[in-house]
Amino acid sequence: MKNYTSFKSIKEDIAKGEISCEALTHGYIQNIKNSKTNSFLEIFETTALEQAKLIDVKITNKTAGKLAGMVIGIKDNICYKGHKVSGASKILEGFESIYSATVVEKLLAEDAIIIGRLNCDEFAMGGSNENSAYGNVLNPLDNTKVPGGSSGGSAAAVKEGLCIAALGSDTGGSIRQPASFCGLVGYKPTYGRVSRYGLLAYASSFDQIGPLTHNVEDAALITEVIAGIDAYDSTSSSEEVENYSQKLDNLQGEKLKIAYLTDCFSSDGLDTEIKTKTLAVIEGLKEKGHTVEGVDFPLLDYVVPNYYILTTAEASSNLSRYDGARYGYRSPKAVDLESTYKFSRTEGFGIEVKRRIMIGTFVLSAGYYDAYYTKGLKVRNIIKTKTEEIFKNYDFIILPTTPTTAFDIDGIKDPIAMYLQDIFTVHANLAGIPAISLPLGHHSNGMPFGVQIMAKSFDDAQLLAFSNEMLKRD
Amino acid sequence: MNLKEVLEKYTPVIGLEIHAQLNTKSKAYSTDVNEFGSVPNTNVSPTSLGHPGTLPVFNSATLEYAVRLGLACKSNITKEMHFDRKNYFYADMPKGYQITQDKTPICTGGEILIKGDNGKERSIELTRIHMEEDSGKSIHDMDPFDTLIDLNRAGVPLVEIVTEPVLKSAKEAYNYLTEVRKLVRYLGICDGNMEEGSMRCDVNISIMSKDATEFGQRVEIKNMNSMRNVAKAIEFEIVRHAELIAKGEKIEQETRNFDASTNSTIGMRKKEDAHDYRYFPEPDLTKLVVTNEYIEQIKNSMPPLPNDLFKKYVNKFNLSEYDAYNLTDDKGIALYFEELITNTKNYKSAANWMMGSIKSYLNQNALTIESFPIKASTIASLITIIDDGAINNSVATQKIFPVLIENPNLAPLEIAKENNWIIQNDSNELEAVITAIFKANPEETERFKNGDKKLTGFFMGKIMKETKGAANPKTTAQLINKVINNI
Repeated sequence: MKNYTSFKSIKEDIAKGEISCEALTHGYIQNIKNSKTNSFLEIFETTALEQAKLIDVKITNKTAGKLAGMVIGIKDNICYKGHKVSGASKILEGFESIYSATVVEKLLAEDAIIIGRLNCDEFAMGGSNENSAYGNVLNPLDNTKVPGGSSGGSAAAVKEGLCIAALGSDTGGSIRQPASFCGLVGYKPTYGRVSRYGLLAYASSFDQIGPLTHNVEDAALITEVIAGIDAYDSTSSSEEVENYSQKLDNLQGEKLKIAYLTDCFSSDGLDTEIKTKTLAVIEGLKEKGHTVEGVDFPLLDYVVPNYYILTTAEASSNLSRYDGARYGYRSPKAVDLESTYKFSRTEGFGIEVKRRIMIGTFVLSAGYYDAYYTKGLKVRNIIKTKTEEIFKNYDFIILPTTPTTAFDIDGIKDPIAMYLQDIFTVHANLAGIPAISLPLGHHSNGMPFGVQIMAKSFDDAQLLAFSNEMLKRD
Repeated sequence: MNLKEVLEKYTPVIGLEIHAQLNTKSKAYSTDVNEFGSVPNTNVSPTSLGHPGTLPVFNSATLEYAVRLGLACKSNITKEMHFDRKNYFYADMPKGYQITQDKTPICTGGEILIKGDNGKERSIELTRIHMEEDSGKSIHDMDPFDTLIDLNRAGVPLVEIVTEPVLKSAKEAYNYLTEVRKLVRYLGICDGNMEEGSMRCDVNISIMSKDATEFGQRVEIKNMNSMRNVAKAIEFEIVRHAELIAKGEKIEQETRNFDASTNSTIGMRKKEDAHDYRYFPEPDLTKLVVTNEYIEQIKNSMPPLPNDLFKKYVNKFNLSEYDAYNLTDDKGIALYFEELITNTKNYKSAANWMMGSIKSYLNQNALTIESFPIKASTIASLITIIDDGAINNSVATQKIFPVLIENPNLAPLEIAKENNWIIQNDSNELEAVITAIFKANPEETERFKNGDKKLTGFFMGKIMKETKGAANPKTTAQLINKVINNI
């Protein structure tokens, strides 16, 4: 099988009769089986092949949906009825979902083929995929490096050609950062744009599902399918979903106003080469006639602490349901209710998840609540307001996705240092705005890095169109 | 010590928290059916089961019911609010947290009127009313080894009604519960059944010496499944507190369980073991906004309330407080009475029918008014024909009423006519009857004519027998004199 890097070329080959969905699925399954990156936790071989055969018939009958021929992997925190889902955690060992996430229903309705579930950091907590209970994922570009996280399996699988696209989830950069590390497009839509129903919750007011793809076109197509209001998610928006994939040329020739956050570029941890190369991209934009101006964002130092206070608070509550009482892992040492909780959770959760549950429990506890949680909510509001102010004058904000390129496996041992890797990505989640990482950077160390663009809430169509222009320029 | 002695020295200070299950069609945050008594674990979707990835969706009927209650209690209705998560682990709480309202309850303030210890009306101030979801049920006594969990109840909507610490006795607490139960039933939001657990009550209680200015140490009592047990628990606790004080011992801040088999309370959880619930705003639900239009709309659809009806009956209809109380005690009775008085203005007679024939029929047959066969309009027309003098009261209650019970579709007047129970005001016809009776009894007639007035009763009896009691006694007496004088 060819190594496809766009859904368009797959569709063309299907149209020409050069490949069938079944053959394509077989090909990908073979690739997964041959892979050494540990991206997939499970291949949904039977259902994927059944679906592929069905879609081949639909294609012949010209009744196929717009994702016919798209072989897609889903992060292991998205529920698919009758299939296992574990959040890459031991605590959900053997658990099979009894319902499908809204995004899964929507993908299937447009005839996508869901080929399997993808490794990730446990409950999406991490930035290197080293927190999976089922082993690290290796970066397909350099197996000594991490693929990023938490959607590390999603990024590695797409890059390696194990599926044409993947769904990830992004709470603080979990789609964009691995996209940056693996040289892909990683898109986090506006908060509320895509239903969270069926996504294992990490931090409910931050989580958002989005695609990891080779190009903007595929990201736009997948997003327009999975986006929209959902009766099962009260936080999903009733804002109309545009046909993003049809609007990718909307900004052609437009002169835009773009802000870059000066504080990001003077940030200590930022790799000098990423800095200069990102600034060069900015210069390029100016040359094309866009207005690009530096804007101060003095809140940068607060985004990571603010993010970790609020997300851990929500996580400590969201993860309470994994208690060994009803489903998932129950410790063999459990003899009564308390020991069921204690041992099942102690043995079932990994160290990073436990750390975050404890931080979150602490920031919500009596006596500390106001100092941490209440203050955290206030800071988040200030960040939102300041961000909105920038968008009053600018169409987009440009900044690096990550301070470095993919680092070595076991390279960062200090959790705080690991948290600081999120410095450029958590901003979008705190503000609820859409953000995308574009594979524009090539480091002299041989690894790729992303350039990140953020837009104001529900400007998803504009953001995708601008991203398309950016990638064309490259 | 006995209760009487204690109450001479101390004043109890009592506050109640009532949880009332709302009888909405579906649950508070899912579309699962809200139904008592279903087969265990059948009214459960992935959301009720707390499965990974599920999200709550608010059932707006919960809001409507809570606003109804708030309006009835004259509470302030909160215009903008959110939900909070109350975090704690329990086997029958599948999410590990309960969705409730901590910072922004739907209602603040308000009152419930009760009969106080001195027999006069008292206002019991409310602190707040908030909306939340119920937990599932742990069943400890069905399996010898394991606790069984039924999640049908998980997610059923509740309102929690919290009073200020203003109740002063077990009797007042009992009366308060009676009024709350009556109110929620009138509002149609809860069936108020404490035995089935659709209404539950926690008591906060302390005692203070009559000359003290500060409250004593308070304890919380749980697990009472009837209003009587609430009263018993309070009385037990009042004495227990006084005895501890007398012995110079400390009253611990704790949660105690009522044990119905011994009518006593048992310590369950000390203050230091109390949960830190770590309330925070529920991020899965959006803010809730209540508009003035919405409140007006609910105001306009409010059913009659027991207290308003009571006042109407006493002040406007001049019924006794006793009658008014009995008429409003049960919503069904009150609604029947309301219908009855749209068809007759004889309120006293209508009340007598309700409290007399109708209630005793219901009691004898163990029925509720909802299954009473006769329509209110039929009872009203029965009252009307009595008032018109067409039949007398005893015919109505003893003869027509039993016929109506069997044939509720018949008209009372038709029954009376068919059975010749109509009071005969037709003088000619009655005169003829009297003349005939005189003729048939010449000897007595002769004596009567000669002034033996003792025979009036003899003739009256004959006439009544002949007319089957339908002759108007007054008219008959006049006619007897007229006819005898003409003989």
